[in-house]
Amino acid sequence: MARIIGGIGISHIPALVPVQDYGDETVGEPAPFFAGCVPVRDWLAEQKPDIAVVVYNDHGLSFFLDAMPTFAMAAAPSYECGDEGWGKRPLPPLPGAQDLSWHLIERLVGAEFDLTICQELELDHGASMPMRSLWKPDPDWNIQIVPLLVNVIQHPLPSPKRCYDLGLALGAAIESYPGDEKIVVLGTGGMSHQLQGERAGFVNPEFDAWLMDTLVNDPERLAALTIDDFIRGAGSEGAEMVMWLVMRGALGPACRELHRNYVVPISVTAAGIQLIETAA
Amino acid sequence: MTEQTEKSAAIPAAITGTYVYDGRMARMGYAINKMFMSLKDAENRDAFKQDEAGYAAQYGLTEDQMAPIRARDLVGILKQGGNIYYVWKIASILGWNMRQVCANQASMTLEEFMQDRYPNWKAEG
Repeated sequence: MARIIGGIGISHIPALVPVQDYGDETVGEPAPFFAGCVPVRDWLAEQKPDIAVVVYNDHGLSFFLDAMPTFAMAAAPSYECGDEGWGKRPLPPLPGAQDLSWHLIERLVGAEFDLTICQELELDHGASMPMRSLWKPDPDWNIQIVPLLVNVIQHPLPSPKRCYDLGLALGAAIESYPGDEKIVVLGTGGMSHQLQGERAGFVNPEFDAWLMDTLVNDPERLAALTIDDFIRGAGSEGAEMVMWLVMRGALGPACRELHRNYVVPISVTAAGIQLIETAA
Repeated sequence: MTEQTEKSAAIPAAITGTYVYDGRMARMGYAINKMFMSLKDAENRDAFKQDEAGYAAQYGLTEDQMAPIRARDLVGILKQGGNIYYVWKIASILGWNMRQVCANQASMTLEEFMQDRYPNWKAEG
Protein backbone atom coordinates (compact mmCIF):
# COMPACT_ATOMS: atom_id res chain seq x y z
CA MET A 1 0.00 0.00 0.00
CA ALA A 2 1.08 3.56 -0.62
CA ARG A 3 2.60 5.28 2.37
CA ILE A 4 2.56 8.90 3.52
CA ILE A 5 6.06 9.77 4.65
CA GLY A 6 5.33 13.29 5.83
CA GLY A 7 3.91 16.71 5.23
CA ILE A 8 5.35 20.10 4.43
CA GLY A 9 3.72 23.41 5.24
CA ILE A 10 5.14 26.11 2.99
CA SER A 11 4.19 29.67 2.06
CA HIS A 12 3.52 30.51 -1.57
CA ILE A 13 4.74 33.97 -2.47
CA PRO A 14 4.59 35.49 -5.98
CA ALA A 15 7.55 37.81 -5.32
CA LEU A 16 9.80 34.75 -5.08
CA VAL A 17 8.83 33.48 -8.55
CA PRO A 18 11.24 35.78 -10.45
CA VAL A 19 13.97 34.94 -7.92
CA GLN A 20 13.47 31.25 -8.71
CA ASP A 21 13.33 31.81 -12.47
CA TYR A 22 15.90 34.51 -13.07
CA GLY A 23 17.62 35.37 -9.80
CA ASP A 24 19.90 33.95 -7.13
CA GLU A 25 18.20 32.47 -4.10
CA THR A 26 21.32 32.87 -1.98
CA VAL A 27 21.45 36.68 -2.01
CA GLY A 28 19.30 39.48 -0.64
CA GLU A 29 16.06 39.43 1.26
CA PRO A 30 14.79 36.06 -0.03
CA ALA A 31 17.97 34.22 0.98
CA PRO A 32 16.83 33.31 4.54
CA PHE A 33 13.62 31.80 3.18
CA PHE A 34 15.40 29.61 0.65
CA ALA A 35 18.09 28.68 3.17
CA GLY A 36 15.24 27.34 5.28
CA CYS A 37 14.18 25.09 2.40
CA VAL A 38 17.55 23.32 2.25
CA PRO A 39 16.97 20.88 5.14
CA VAL A 40 13.63 19.95 3.57
CA ARG A 41 15.28 19.40 0.18
CA ASP A 42 17.85 17.20 1.91
CA TRP A 43 15.08 15.18 3.59
CA LEU A 44 13.28 14.80 0.23
CA ALA A 45 16.53 13.71 -1.47
CA GLU A 46 16.97 11.07 1.21
CA GLN A 47 13.34 9.90 1.36
CA LYS A 48 12.72 10.05 -2.42
CA PRO A 49 8.92 10.37 -2.43
CA ASP A 50 7.26 9.37 -5.72
CA ILE A 51 4.26 11.68 -5.56
CA ALA A 52 3.40 15.01 -3.90
CA VAL A 53 -0.22 15.86 -3.14
CA VAL A 54 -0.18 19.66 -3.40
CA VAL A 55 -2.90 21.46 -1.48
CA TYR A 56 -3.14 25.00 -2.78
CA ASN A 57 -5.50 27.71 -3.96
CA ASP A 58 -5.82 29.24 -7.38
CA HIS A 59 -5.10 33.00 -7.64
CA GLY A 60 -7.10 34.00 -10.70
CA LEU A 61 -5.59 31.66 -13.27
CA SER A 62 -7.62 28.47 -13.62
CA PHE A 63 -10.72 29.38 -11.59
CA PHE A 64 -12.85 32.52 -11.69
CA LEU A 65 -15.92 33.62 -9.76
CA ASP A 66 -18.18 32.27 -12.52
CA ALA A 67 -17.70 28.81 -11.00
CA MET A 68 -15.68 28.54 -7.81
CA PRO A 69 -15.28 25.01 -6.48
CA THR A 70 -14.98 24.71 -2.71
CA PHE A 71 -12.67 21.70 -3.17
CA ALA A 72 -11.27 20.46 -6.47
CA MET A 73 -8.87 17.71 -7.44
CA ALA A 74 -7.09 17.48 -10.76
CA ALA A 75 -6.31 14.30 -12.65
CA ALA A 76 -4.35 15.58 -15.64
CA PRO A 77 -1.36 13.85 -17.24
CA SER A 78 0.70 17.01 -16.76
CA TYR A 79 0.37 20.58 -15.53
CA GLU A 80 1.68 23.70 -17.24
CA CYS A 81 2.64 26.75 -15.21
CA GLY A 82 0.34 29.41 -16.67
CA ASP A 83 0.42 33.21 -17.02
CA GLU A 84 -1.09 34.91 -13.97
CA GLY A 85 -0.35 38.36 -15.30
CA TRP A 86 3.44 38.47 -15.29
CA GLY A 87 4.14 35.98 -18.09
CA LYS A 88 4.63 32.22 -18.13
CA ARG A 89 7.31 30.66 -16.00
CA PRO A 90 10.21 29.01 -17.86
CA LEU A 91 9.52 25.68 -16.20
CA PRO A 92 8.73 22.32 -17.77
CA PRO A 93 5.24 21.00 -17.01
CA LEU A 94 4.84 19.08 -13.77
CA PRO A 95 3.95 15.43 -14.39
CA GLY A 96 0.62 14.30 -12.97
CA ALA A 97 0.07 11.12 -10.96
CA GLN A 98 -3.14 10.31 -12.83
CA ASP A 99 -3.81 6.90 -11.32
CA LEU A 100 -3.51 8.21 -7.79
CA SER A 101 -5.64 11.26 -8.66
CA TRP A 102 -8.51 9.06 -9.82
CA HIS A 103 -8.13 6.75 -6.84
CA LEU A 104 -8.30 9.73 -4.47
CA ILE A 105 -11.27 11.21 -6.31
CA GLU A 106 -13.14 7.91 -6.00
CA ARG A 107 -12.32 7.54 -2.32
CA LEU A 108 -12.88 11.16 -1.31
CA VAL A 109 -16.22 11.46 -3.09
CA GLY A 110 -17.03 8.07 -1.58
CA ALA A 111 -16.25 9.63 1.81
CA GLU A 112 -18.74 12.41 0.97
CA PHE A 113 -16.22 15.10 0.04
CA ASP A 114 -17.88 16.21 -3.19
CA LEU A 115 -14.87 17.38 -5.18
CA THR A 116 -14.91 19.21 -8.47
CA ILE A 117 -12.94 17.01 -10.87
CA CYS A 118 -10.50 18.70 -13.29
CA GLN A 119 -8.88 17.02 -16.28
CA GLU A 120 -7.09 20.20 -17.27
CA LEU A 121 -5.49 22.66 -14.91
CA GLU A 122 -2.85 25.34 -15.21
CA LEU A 123 -0.78 25.90 -12.10
CA ASP A 124 -0.10 29.34 -10.66
CA HIS A 125 2.49 30.38 -8.09
CA GLY A 126 0.33 28.82 -5.38
CA ALA A 127 1.59 25.41 -6.52
CA SER A 128 4.61 26.18 -8.68
CA MET A 129 6.50 28.34 -6.19
CA PRO A 130 6.42 25.72 -3.40
CA MET A 131 7.24 22.93 -5.88
CA ARG A 132 10.19 24.85 -7.31
CA SER A 133 11.35 25.65 -3.76
CA LEU A 134 11.67 21.95 -3.03
CA TRP A 135 12.44 20.32 -6.39
CA LYS A 136 14.52 21.42 -9.35
CA PRO A 137 13.64 20.29 -12.88
CA ASP A 138 16.92 18.99 -14.25
CA PRO A 139 15.29 18.67 -16.77
CA ASP A 140 12.89 16.15 -15.18
CA TRP A 141 11.12 17.04 -11.95
CA ASN A 142 11.63 13.53 -10.47
CA ILE A 143 8.26 13.90 -8.75
CA GLN A 144 4.63 13.55 -9.83
CA ILE A 145 1.84 15.64 -8.39
CA VAL A 146 -1.81 15.51 -7.45
CA PRO A 147 -3.24 19.04 -7.11
CA LEU A 148 -5.95 19.53 -4.48
CA LEU A 149 -7.49 23.00 -4.56
CA VAL A 150 -9.31 24.81 -1.76
CA ASN A 151 -11.46 27.91 -2.17
CA VAL A 152 -10.00 30.69 -0.04
CA ILE A 153 -11.21 33.39 -2.46
CA GLN A 154 -15.00 33.60 -2.31
CA HIS A 155 -16.72 33.47 1.08
CA PRO A 156 -18.17 31.36 2.54
CA LEU A 157 -14.89 29.40 2.73
CA PRO A 158 -14.84 25.80 3.93
CA SER A 159 -14.40 25.77 7.70
CA PRO A 160 -11.07 24.83 9.30
CA LYS A 161 -12.77 21.70 10.63
CA ARG A 162 -13.98 20.74 7.16
CA CYS A 163 -10.45 21.21 5.83
CA TYR A 164 -8.96 19.11 8.62
CA ASP A 165 -11.58 16.41 8.03
CA LEU A 166 -10.74 16.47 4.32
CA GLY A 167 -7.15 15.85 5.33
CA LEU A 168 -8.16 12.89 7.49
CA ALA A 169 -10.08 11.42 4.55
CA LEU A 170 -7.18 12.19 2.21
CA GLY A 171 -4.81 10.29 4.47
CA ALA A 172 -7.08 7.25 4.55
CA ALA A 173 -7.57 7.45 0.77
CA ILE A 174 -3.82 7.59 0.09
CA GLU A 175 -3.11 4.67 2.41
CA SER A 176 -5.72 2.58 0.58
CA TYR A 177 -3.93 3.03 -2.75
CA PRO A 178 -2.66 -0.33 -3.96
CA GLY A 179 0.87 0.67 -4.87
CA ASP A 180 4.15 0.95 -3.02
CA GLU A 181 4.57 4.66 -3.71
CA LYS A 182 5.88 7.03 -1.10
CA ILE A 183 3.71 10.12 -0.82
CA VAL A 184 4.41 13.56 0.63
CA VAL A 185 1.63 16.09 1.24
CA LEU A 186 2.23 19.82 0.79
CA GLY A 187 0.01 22.35 2.54
CA THR A 188 0.72 25.71 0.95
CA GLY A 189 -0.09 29.36 1.62
CA GLY A 190 0.22 31.70 4.55
CA MET A 191 1.63 32.28 6.95
CA SER A 192 0.14 35.47 8.37
CA HIS A 193 -0.35 38.11 5.69
CA GLN A 194 -2.99 40.47 4.39
CA LEU A 195 -2.98 41.91 0.91
CA GLN A 196 -6.20 43.93 1.06
CA GLY A 197 -7.79 46.85 2.87
CA GLU A 198 -6.37 49.45 5.20
CA ARG A 199 -5.04 46.55 7.31
CA ALA A 200 -2.86 45.38 4.37
CA GLY A 201 0.59 44.32 5.48
CA PHE A 202 -0.62 42.77 8.72
CA VAL A 203 1.55 39.95 10.06
CA ASN A 204 1.37 38.14 13.39
CA PRO A 205 4.48 36.15 14.37
CA GLU A 206 2.90 35.18 17.69
CA PHE A 207 -0.02 33.53 15.89
CA ASP A 208 2.25 31.82 13.39
CA ALA A 209 4.46 30.33 16.11
CA TRP A 210 1.39 29.12 17.98
CA LEU A 211 0.00 27.61 14.76
CA MET A 212 3.20 25.71 13.99
CA ASP A 213 3.37 24.36 17.56
CA THR A 214 -0.29 23.43 17.65
CA LEU A 215 -0.34 21.95 14.15
CA VAL A 216 2.06 19.21 15.18
CA ASN A 217 0.63 18.21 18.53
CA ASP A 218 -2.96 19.42 18.78
CA PRO A 219 -4.34 20.00 15.27
CA GLU A 220 -7.92 19.54 16.44
CA ARG A 221 -7.53 22.72 18.42
CA LEU A 222 -6.83 24.55 15.15
CA ALA A 223 -9.72 22.75 13.49
CA ALA A 224 -11.99 24.21 16.18
CA LEU A 225 -11.16 27.76 15.06
CA THR A 226 -13.41 29.68 12.67
CA ILE A 227 -12.42 31.32 9.40
CA ASP A 228 -13.01 34.61 11.22
CA ASP A 229 -10.42 33.56 13.83
CA PHE A 230 -7.92 32.91 11.05
CA ILE A 231 -8.64 36.28 9.42
CA ARG A 232 -8.17 38.11 12.71
CA GLY A 233 -5.15 36.06 13.78
CA ALA A 234 -3.36 35.59 10.48
CA GLY A 235 -4.83 38.27 8.19
CA SER A 236 -7.41 37.92 5.47
CA GLU A 237 -5.06 36.02 3.14
CA GLY A 238 -3.49 34.22 6.12
CA ALA A 239 -6.75 32.26 6.15
CA GLU A 240 -4.96 30.24 3.45
CA MET A 241 -3.45 28.28 6.31
CA VAL A 242 -6.55 26.10 6.43
CA MET A 243 -4.62 24.29 3.67
CA TRP A 244 -1.90 23.40 6.19
CA LEU A 245 -4.72 21.78 8.17
CA VAL A 246 -5.61 19.59 5.18
CA MET A 247 -1.98 18.50 5.05
CA ARG A 248 -1.83 17.82 8.79
CA GLY A 249 -5.03 15.82 8.74
CA ALA A 250 -3.53 13.46 6.18
CA LEU A 251 -0.55 12.62 8.39
CA GLY A 252 -2.37 10.77 11.15
CA PRO A 253 -2.20 11.28 14.91
CA ALA A 254 1.45 10.64 15.71
CA CYS A 255 3.90 12.96 14.00
CA ARG A 256 7.08 14.75 14.79
CA GLU A 257 8.42 18.04 13.55
CA LEU A 258 11.79 17.75 11.85
CA HIS A 259 12.37 21.35 10.76
CA ARG A 260 10.87 24.80 10.68
CA ASN A 261 11.97 28.18 9.38
CA TYR A 262 10.22 31.52 9.63
CA VAL A 263 11.14 34.86 8.02
CA VAL A 264 9.29 38.21 8.24
CA PRO A 265 8.70 39.79 5.84
CA ILE A 266 9.26 38.20 2.46
CA SER A 267 7.45 40.69 0.22
CA VAL A 268 4.64 41.46 2.72
CA THR A 269 4.26 37.92 3.99
CA ALA A 270 5.39 36.04 7.05
CA ALA A 271 7.10 33.21 5.18
CA GLY A 272 7.25 29.83 6.82
CA ILE A 273 8.21 26.27 6.09
CA GLN A 274 7.61 23.32 8.38
CA LEU A 275 8.50 19.67 7.85
CA ILE A 276 6.46 17.11 9.73
CA GLU A 277 7.28 13.41 9.52
CA THR A 278 4.75 10.68 10.08
CA ALA A 279 5.47 8.06 12.69
CA ALA A 280 6.84 4.92 11.06
CA MET B 1 -11.63 36.74 29.16
CA THR B 2 -13.11 36.71 25.71
CA GLU B 3 -13.85 33.64 23.66
CA GLN B 4 -10.98 34.58 21.36
CA THR B 5 -8.33 34.68 24.06
CA GLU B 6 -9.41 31.23 25.21
CA LYS B 7 -8.61 29.93 21.73
CA SER B 8 -5.28 31.72 21.53
CA ALA B 9 -3.85 34.91 22.94
CA ALA B 10 -2.42 35.47 19.46
CA ILE B 11 -5.82 36.17 17.89
CA PRO B 12 -6.70 39.87 18.12
CA ALA B 13 -10.31 40.96 18.37
CA ALA B 14 -10.07 43.76 15.83
CA ILE B 15 -10.67 43.21 12.13
CA THR B 16 -11.06 46.77 10.86
CA GLY B 17 -9.64 47.59 7.45
CA THR B 18 -10.57 44.18 6.06
CA TYR B 19 -13.04 43.46 3.25
CA VAL B 20 -14.46 39.97 3.60
CA TYR B 21 -15.43 38.88 0.11
CA ASP B 22 -18.95 37.61 0.75
CA GLY B 23 -21.91 37.21 -1.56
CA ARG B 24 -22.87 40.87 -1.33
CA MET B 25 -19.40 41.90 -2.49
CA ALA B 26 -19.37 39.20 -5.17
CA ARG B 27 -22.64 40.46 -6.71
CA MET B 28 -21.47 44.06 -6.67
CA GLY B 29 -18.00 43.38 -8.02
CA TYR B 30 -18.50 40.67 -10.63
CA ALA B 31 -17.74 42.93 -13.61
CA ILE B 32 -14.67 44.48 -11.96
CA ASN B 33 -13.22 41.10 -11.11
CA LYS B 34 -14.01 39.71 -14.54
CA MET B 35 -12.08 42.57 -16.08
CA PHE B 36 -9.09 42.06 -13.78
CA MET B 37 -9.20 38.29 -14.38
CA SER B 38 -8.89 38.98 -18.13
CA LEU B 39 -5.49 40.62 -17.51
CA LYS B 40 -3.92 37.18 -17.13
CA ASP B 41 -3.66 37.22 -20.92
CA ALA B 42 -0.82 39.28 -22.40
CA GLU B 43 -2.88 40.71 -25.26
CA ASN B 44 -5.47 41.94 -22.79
CA ARG B 45 -2.80 43.58 -20.68
CA ASP B 46 -1.60 45.40 -23.79
CA ALA B 47 -5.13 46.48 -24.66
CA PHE B 48 -5.73 47.72 -21.12
CA LYS B 49 -2.49 49.73 -21.18
CA GLN B 50 -3.40 51.32 -24.50
CA ASP B 51 -6.95 52.37 -23.60
CA GLU B 52 -7.85 51.71 -20.01
CA ALA B 53 -11.31 53.33 -20.11
CA GLY B 54 -12.25 51.70 -23.39
CA TYR B 55 -11.05 48.31 -22.20
CA ALA B 56 -12.95 48.53 -18.91
CA ALA B 57 -16.09 49.69 -20.68
CA GLN B 58 -16.26 46.34 -22.50
CA TYR B 59 -16.86 44.71 -19.14
CA GLY B 60 -19.71 47.07 -18.23
CA LEU B 61 -18.04 48.79 -15.30
CA THR B 62 -20.00 51.71 -13.85
CA GLU B 63 -18.51 55.16 -13.40
CA ASP B 64 -18.33 54.53 -9.64
CA GLN B 65 -16.24 51.45 -10.41
CA MET B 66 -14.08 53.20 -13.02
CA ALA B 67 -13.20 56.17 -10.79
CA PRO B 68 -11.05 54.32 -8.21
CA ILE B 69 -9.28 52.42 -10.99
CA ARG B 70 -8.41 55.75 -12.62
CA ALA B 71 -7.29 57.15 -9.27
CA ARG B 72 -5.18 54.04 -8.45
CA ASP B 73 -7.21 53.84 -5.24
CA LEU B 74 -7.11 50.14 -4.45
CA VAL B 75 -9.28 50.36 -1.34
CA GLY B 76 -11.79 52.24 -3.48
CA ILE B 77 -11.76 49.32 -5.92
CA LEU B 78 -12.35 46.87 -3.07
CA LYS B 79 -15.27 48.96 -1.83
CA GLN B 80 -16.83 48.57 -5.27
CA GLY B 81 -16.60 44.80 -4.96
CA GLY B 82 -13.07 44.12 -6.16
CA ASN B 83 -11.48 40.91 -4.84
CA ILE B 84 -7.76 41.28 -4.19
CA TYR B 85 -7.00 37.87 -5.74
CA TYR B 86 -8.06 39.38 -9.09
CA VAL B 87 -7.44 43.10 -8.49
CA TRP B 88 -3.78 42.43 -7.72
CA LYS B 89 -3.14 41.88 -11.43
CA ILE B 90 -3.20 45.68 -11.70
CA ALA B 91 0.25 45.51 -10.10
CA SER B 92 1.55 43.98 -13.33
CA ILE B 93 0.12 46.89 -15.32
CA LEU B 94 1.51 49.51 -12.93
CA GLY B 95 4.85 47.81 -12.35
CA TRP B 96 4.18 47.76 -8.62
CA ASN B 97 5.38 45.10 -6.20
CA MET B 98 3.16 43.77 -3.42
CA ARG B 99 4.63 46.20 -0.91
CA GLN B 100 3.46 49.07 -3.08
CA VAL B 101 0.05 47.42 -3.46
CA CYS B 102 -0.27 47.25 0.33
CA ALA B 103 1.20 50.71 1.03
CA ASN B 104 -1.34 52.20 -1.38
CA GLN B 105 -4.15 50.64 0.63
CA ALA B 106 -2.65 51.73 3.94
CA SER B 107 -2.40 55.31 2.58
CA MET B 108 1.30 55.39 3.41
CA THR B 109 4.50 55.93 1.52
CA LEU B 110 6.43 52.72 0.94
CA GLU B 111 8.96 53.72 3.60
CA GLU B 112 6.25 54.56 6.14
CA PHE B 113 4.46 51.31 5.40
CA MET B 114 7.54 49.14 5.87
CA GLN B 115 8.50 50.87 9.13
CA ASP B 116 4.96 50.62 10.45
CA ARG B 117 4.26 46.99 9.58
CA TYR B 118 7.70 45.43 9.97
CA PRO B 119 9.60 47.44 12.61
CA ASN B 120 12.63 45.16 12.39
CA TRP B 121 12.88 45.45 8.61
CA LYS B 122 15.91 47.20 7.17
CA ALA B 123 16.29 48.33 3.60
CA GLU B 124 19.03 46.52 1.74
CA GLY B 125 22.23 48.25 0.76
